[in-house]
Amino acid sequence: MTVFLVLIVIILFSVALWQMSKIYKLSQPVKREGEVSEVANNKDNRINAKLMLMFLVFLYFLMGYCFWHFSTFYPPGASDHAGLYDNLFFITLGVIMVVQCITQVLIYWFSYKYYGKKGRKALFYADNDKLEFVWTIVPVIVLSGLIIYGLFSWSDIMNFEQSDDAVVVELYAQRFNWKARYAGEDRTLGNANVRFIEGINTVGIDASDDDGQDDVVTQELHLPVGRQVIFKLRSQDVLHSAYMPHFRAQMNVVPGMITQFSFTPSVTTEEIRETDYIKEKMRTIGKIRTEKSKELEASGQAALDDYENFDYYLLCNKICGQSHYNMQMKIVVETEEEFQEWMKTQKTFRQTIAQE
Amino acid sequence: MSAHAPALDHGHDDHAHHHKQTFISKYIFSTDHKMISRQYLVTGLLMGIVGIAMSLLFRMQLAWPGEKFVIFELLLGKWAPDGVMDPSMYLSLVTIHGTIMVFFVLTAGLSGTFSNLLIPLQIGARDMASGFLNMISYWLFFISSVIMLASLFVESGPAAAGWTIYPPLSALPESIPAAGMGMTLWLVSLAIFIASSLMGSLNYIVTVINLRTKGMSMTRLPLTIWTFFVTAIIGVVSFPVLLSAALLLIMDRSFGTSFFLSDIYIGGEVLHNSGGSPVLFEHLFWFLGHPEVYIVLLPALGITSEIIATNSRKPIFGYRAMVASILAIAFLSTIVWGHHMFVSGMNPFLGSVFTFTTLLIAIPSAVKAFNYITTLWKGNLQFNPAMLFSIGLVSTFITGGLTGIILGDSTLDINVHDTYFVVAHFHLVMGIVGLYGLFAGVYHWFPKIFEGKMMNKNLGYVHFWVTALGSYAVFFPMHFIGMAGLPRRYYSNTAFPYFDDLADVNITITVAALVTGAVQLVFLYNFIHSMFYGKVAGKNPWRSNTLEWTTEQKHIHGNWEGAIPHVYRWPYDYSKLNEDEDDYVIAGQDFTPQDVPLQENEEEMNH
Repeated sequence: MTVFLVLIVIILFSVALWQMSKIYKLSQPVKREGEVSEVANNKDNRINAKLMLMFLVFLYFLMGYCFWHFSTFYPPGASDHAGLYDNLFFITLGVIMVVQCITQVLIYWFSYKYYGKKGRKALFYADNDKLEFVWTIVPVIVLSGLIIYGLFSWSDIMNFEQSDDAVVVELYAQRFNWKARYAGEDRTLGNANVRFIEGINTVGIDASDDDGQDDVVTQELHLPVGRQVIFKLRSQDVLHSAYMPHFRAQMNVVPGMITQFSFTPSVTTEEIRETDYIKEKMRTIGKIRTEKSKELEASGQAALDDYENFDYYLLCNKICGQSHYNMQMKIVVETEEEFQEWMKTQKTFRQTIAQE
Repeated sequence: MSAHAPALDHGHDDHAHHHKQTFISKYIFSTDHKMISRQYLVTGLLMGIVGIAMSLLFRMQLAWPGEKFVIFELLLGKWAPDGVMDPSMYLSLVTIHGTIMVFFVLTAGLSGTFSNLLIPLQIGARDMASGFLNMISYWLFFISSVIMLASLFVESGPAAAGWTIYPPLSALPESIPAAGMGMTLWLVSLAIFIASSLMGSLNYIVTVINLRTKGMSMTRLPLTIWTFFVTAIIGVVSFPVLLSAALLLIMDRSFGTSFFLSDIYIGGEVLHNSGGSPVLFEHLFWFLGHPEVYIVLLPALGITSEIIATNSRKPIFGYRAMVASILAIAFLSTIVWGHHMFVSGMNPFLGSVFTFTTLLIAIPSAVKAFNYITTLWKGNLQFNPAMLFSIGLVSTFITGGLTGIILGDSTLDINVHDTYFVVAHFHLVMGIVGLYGLFAGVYHWFPKIFEGKMMNKNLGYVHFWVTALGSYAVFFPMHFIGMAGLPRRYYSNTAFPYFDDLADVNITITVAALVTGAVQLVFLYNFIHSMFYGKVAGKNPWRSNTLEWTTEQKHIHGNWEGAIPHVYRWPYDYSKLNEDEDDYVIAGQDFTPQDVPLQENEEEMNH
């Protein structure tokens, strides 16, 4: 596919260049009286007008190609509000693409249609209040709709209330990895501050706070499906951003303050692995990796690791230093039973300290 | 109405006739606005070469991560051991590319060049209100450019915290070595830059208000002057806030204060700082940072307005609406900064407010876009290179602007914030639009900058068409890798397998970028060649209405040999017919310059 795209690009480039060279040749000898040679003449106007039309075709082709082939990059949603988000996203995208398609045609079509000719008279047309009113008021109405829809969604997502069975998790960011701290049975996170960091207490839990004793610190983020998760985000060094694209979730992690976000995961890792979308994606990536591995082995280097199972992930999305590009955490969404099972295998803060 | 100072003019005239200029007073410490404009242009272009070259380097890294390139070894030296780019160098390149392009090329290079050149020429003034201040403004800009370039050679590396230099990353050398000396130089350079920008802006404002020639009322100003004027006002309002942010950051870095720092554990120890907030820095930064977008955009739009009207041989459609949009955009631009911070941890209610104001700004922008399109309608379009770039500008302005509706919506921003979607958006709407404005301006006013010489149009055509194809090919697909969730500022997208299927698109983007970058050499060649050997045109090659085309071909101090022309009409009387509608106002000539009095057989319009 890419080869095809590259070919098309090269062909269009060379057509453009060929046309240019033609203009160049043709424009050389013709110099009529009183005409400055570096000002566009009739021939320049005609040729550029044609190029305008060709460019419109290129632009439509590019947009079509991208939407056709690349819109599959858009990952499936896996949280309760993903549907809401995607609806708003696609409605907005639809609206702007309609405007885009209309205005681009107008620009390039007018450029083609009204190209300069000796003797053509331009229309002296300086004002039209009605017309201007229309294209002020139409965007006002459309944007009002989008704003209202957007604000309701925003309020739904951000102004959440803690439900009775909510899981409270602290996402703890440090260069260049993530940790998760579960509130434990009392569902209350213990006090914490970087000033308590010492030895095995790497996230700085206040040992004198009873709430913190049953907190559980983990390297992987496990979430039970269908239960509200409330994230409290804390950073120990610089700004980070917790970005979970599949859950349509993102919040910056700011040293010195606790930020928060919430969503309810709706699709387990097992389930999403079985969807056509993920299967297809894994096939594509698998093919790419096998080819790459072959190349690497041929040049005497180690092959790439296998990538067999899809997992959700949490990415760092705020520049945080050298290894920013490799700061992520695996997210596992599982059933309530599996989650409880997993939780039992983890150590509470009290146990961790006691062990030491 | 328009203030006019005859006494001052005489002073200038005498000066022009009796004073001999030395090389230094003519080319280096010149107080003449035309020379200062040239200095800005050349410095801006040189910075542009550095900035664009950097982007090509990191695009190569993104397309072929970890690959060896001789060019890396050559240009980056110890930052590319064995020809593989170092991750911290990648971050530095991204940072300095952003800084140079936004501030040095598109703010100083664009505004500095054309405000200086056109404000006195188009309003009919002998020079800027203060030539001396103008000279200092340029030289401060020059010093800040030199410091910025010097920071590239610092041992611990140039600044690498992104062009937004969010602390704590930019405040703590423990986090990245580049936050040391490199960051200090960055801050010093920017502080000087701000001083330069303020002096320039104040000068533009005073000049436009006070030195308009007789008859040049505000509603007869060309739209270029309107945009330069309003841009200068935005600059005066917002740049000082960036200076305060930079000063507080300098204090945090060097004097142990805690404006932006709190509760930090780094390098195995807890820092003493507490009580500060990085979010405060974000507010201060974006209070400039967002208006900055319009500081880049508005002059480009003003240049386009002028060029589209001239080359369509039609008045710009809806002059008053255009002015109103400029003012509306300027006002709104100062109250939308929070849309860069929807997920920064600020109160969600604030997010709602900023969504509202942000989407409002789409309205004046839409009005402008429609007015340009209507100006093309039923015109007699002269496809000079400047016109092509202007049309390209309108096209990319719409393409890039529309995705702003997605990013400006707090809800939608959640999932595309800081991904390549953002990169695609602002490169189209600010980067490419700004550059097209710069190119259009250079092609159009080259004869004014270089004493009647013109640039080669055929090379101009090649430059435009390849650039137009290339920049869409670079930035349009980028939206989609952003929608896939690919974060920006990643040194490599192959550290974990999930994004492997985006590698092909990244290669396509890089190839397009390299081609587009290469074709800029055609422009450079054309620029330099025409500077010396360009064909000399007549006084008014584009048959334009504005006053700059009535000035002397040769640059003289004071611009007009004799008296300053008076103005009797607005600048857009193109193809205006006489009352009998059987010929143009001036028979056989489809334009009526501003200094032509109302003709007998002519209907008087509003302007």
